Amino acid sequence: MSKNVKLKKGFNLNLAGKPESKITEISQPETFALKPTDFLGIEMPKLVAKEGDTVKAGSPVFYDKPFENVMFCSPVSGEIVEIKRGEKRKILEIKILADKEVEFESFKSYSVSDLSSLSKEDAAAQMMAGGVWPGIIQRPYGIVADPSDSPKAIFISAFDSSPLAPDYGFMLQGKEQFFQAGLDVLKKFTTGLVHLNIDGGAEVPQVFAQAEGVEINKFTGAHPAGNVGVQIHHLDPINKGDIAWTTTPYFVAQIGQLFLEGKYDASKLVALTGSSVKNPSYLKTFVGAQLSKLTENNIEEGKHRFVSGNVLSGEAVGKEGYLGFYHNQVTVIPEGDYEEFLGWILPSAKKLSFHKAFGLLSFLNGKEFEVDTNTHGEQRAFVVSGEFEKVLPMDLLPTYLFKAILANDYNDMEALGIFEVIEEDVALCEFIDPSKNDLQKILRHGIDLVQHS
Amino acid sequence: MKLLQNLFDGIKPHFEKGGKLEKFHTLYEGHRTIAFAPDITTGQKGTQIKDAVDLKRLMFTVVIAMIPCLLFGIWNVGHQHFISTGVEAELIDKLWIGAIAVIPILIVSYAVGLITEFIFCVIRNHPVSEGFLVTGMLIPLVLPPTIPLWQVALATIFAVVIGKEAFGGTGMNILNVALTARAFLYFAYPSQISGEVWTYFGSAAPVDGYSGATVLSYGASAVANGTDMLSDMAGHWYAGMFDFWNMFIGIIPGSIGETSTLVCLIGAFILVATGVGSWKIIFSVFAGAFAMGTLFNVIGGNSFLEMPAHYHLVSGGLAFGAVFMATDPVSAAQTETGKWIYGFLIGILTVLIRVVNPAYPEGIMLAILFMNVFAPLIDYYVVEANKKRRLKRATI
Repeated sequence: MSKNVKLKKGFNLNLAGKPESKITEISQPETFALKPTDFLGIEMPKLVAKEGDTVKAGSPVFYDKPFENVMFCSPVSGEIVEIKRGEKRKILEIKILADKEVEFESFKSYSVSDLSSLSKEDAAAQMMAGGVWPGIIQRPYGIVADPSDSPKAIFISAFDSSPLAPDYGFMLQGKEQFFQAGLDVLKKFTTGLVHLNIDGGAEVPQVFAQAEGVEINKFTGAHPAGNVGVQIHHLDPINKGDIAWTTTPYFVAQIGQLFLEGKYDASKLVALTGSSVKNPSYLKTFVGAQLSKLTENNIEEGKHRFVSGNVLSGEAVGKEGYLGFYHNQVTVIPEGDYEEFLGWILPSAKKLSFHKAFGLLSFLNGKEFEVDTNTHGEQRAFVVSGEFEKVLPMDLLPTYLFKAILANDYNDMEALGIFEVIEEDVALCEFIDPSKNDLQKILRHGIDLVQHS
Repeated sequence: MKLLQNLFDGIKPHFEKGGKLEKFHTLYEGHRTIAFAPDITTGQKGTQIKDAVDLKRLMFTVVIAMIPCLLFGIWNVGHQHFISTGVEAELIDKLWIGAIAVIPILIVSYAVGLITEFIFCVIRNHPVSEGFLVTGMLIPLVLPPTIPLWQVALATIFAVVIGKEAFGGTGMNILNVALTARAFLYFAYPSQISGEVWTYFGSAAPVDGYSGATVLSYGASAVANGTDMLSDMAGHWYAGMFDFWNMFIGIIPGSIGETSTLVCLIGAFILVATGVGSWKIIFSVFAGAFAMGTLFNVIGGNSFLEMPAHYHLVSGGLAFGAVFMATDPVSAAQTETGKWIYGFLIGILTVLIRVVNPAYPEGIMLAILFMNVFAPLIDYYVVEANKKRRLKRATI
């Protein structure tokens, strides 16, 4: 039974710098990078390729020790120019100098009708070899899925409700048949349902409306309505011992393309967004692209922060940094390293706030907000109550969950629902927190504890 | 502003690691962040932007909500002074007398409290927190205008040290800090905080027939003497003093800031409109008090039990306690369901203590402190219910 869920809680951040629905031509970056740290759950990356090797798009670059068949593949063809390591020789970045024309590793291709007779084992083998497996994420914990598991259901959120998010419908234009093929492949992995969750408050792109063989559910409401974790909570919540998989439409289409055309196509449309961007729009590039080239000649004067992903759960990678594996968006906003005279009390309608405390008049301001990275205050103990609950549309008590984590109380963490959330789900709580605690970090610490207990 | 910034920058080296005044680093930061919102930026991972709100602003919103109570209190202290001494006076005179009585208490409360906080911050090396902004204002408002200043100082130190810092500072305390101060005085120096203390005379003498009785003391004495409370009140030396509407507006003797239900409701409006105070708690305290008052009316027995339930809402410190004390987010119940229960029980207990326990005519202080202690228990059961729902879902 497909569901129609209306969520009352949440908060939409109306930020300046929304991407225009057009593709801006750019010259491609020279280097691309795979970052093992992007993949949660990958603890022992082993390199297959070494510095100086030439690779094609889809050639394996590294794998993780416990899952030797799951290959992490090069997004482009070229030469591996640098393997950047950090403390204890931890691999941070594998940089690839890209060819002008991308050459693809070839995998077995299938016709649409062949796909129905394809066995789960063959499908898994091709996905693991072909670089698309890391697109599948396991809940609980939000880690790369274990191919030997059989999930109770697979969930795909067909919209991103986070600030300045790209439009998945626009990203998938021309990939309709790949998307459907990807769904057909994914269906083989679960005895349960494949849920495709669409935005009930907007026009549904063709690619999703015509999807077959899946449960199509509607979610209406403010952010985080588009978060797959929130959707799972309302469709088929994760209890202790359950395993569910999630993925995004981009990866579904990529899987489809791997089977129909026999290649790992890591090209993607990336939304370049944020108030520091002169012309926010979409760019066509590849996974792991270097940001400096993507943003060239398109940034305002001044000191800015370059974020891979959105402003709530993204990562500041710097101008010379690389696009994260899971990110479809680059956000550039001004740095906020300034002091403001009496900034803690002066009234303002320009400072974005979820709250309405004295002088916070942003709720009267219907315009787009320009935000910077200032924290607007120092870190404190938890003082206010009942605010986190207003932006988390789940039957879950976030404050008590965080306190259980801080107290290393494993039983309480499990009982209070740590299996149901990952960082992005509590990102809004972190944003609105008057005590300025790093709640996403706290949550991941708790997940690590429970996962390895 | 550049000047002030330069001044701060100039003395900064002394407070940094290795500087002469390194120990006082936290005080330096505390003052600088009041003058200037800090230049801290978000971390590399996690939210790249943060909401414009912070604790300073939230606390200050509460202070703003209390300002009407403070102003009305100052006027009322002056007004009560002149009617009890039988002198006709202008508004400005009333404000002047009120200010003479109230402002020193306010100054002592803030000065002593902040110094205590600073000492603790330096010793414990934790940042100067904003909690005392509110506490420093609350303490004067719940004390009688005649309170000796040394008692204010002592109570403030006790509240900050034992009520708050001993538990780890703002956010960690179990009891409402300002009420801890009042309770300390109530039990340590009862003669200065009960009986004939609610009117400030200064050097003047009261008129003949003056009585400093309050509604609640009328209740207690009516029970003790078996008289009729309402007719006793009607026979008060100053006619009309204890009419319902007069009490609602608050032109009666009492603690400085608590007499006016009307002005407390203005404060409640500010707190609820800004989302800083929980309307659930405020509403449920009133509801609990009214329900208990009505129940007593039904039971009957003596004239205090039969006092119309709505009189409970305007007498004593119920309104002030409901709006500014019970809503303290740290010591109140922290779950949304818990807030209903917590507030309702405060209301019930207040009326229960008032009417049935003649030793303590004012019930709201003890009711809130009592429920502060029980709030974690209420929350415990609400949290357990959440866990059970999750568990039940798993076993279906």
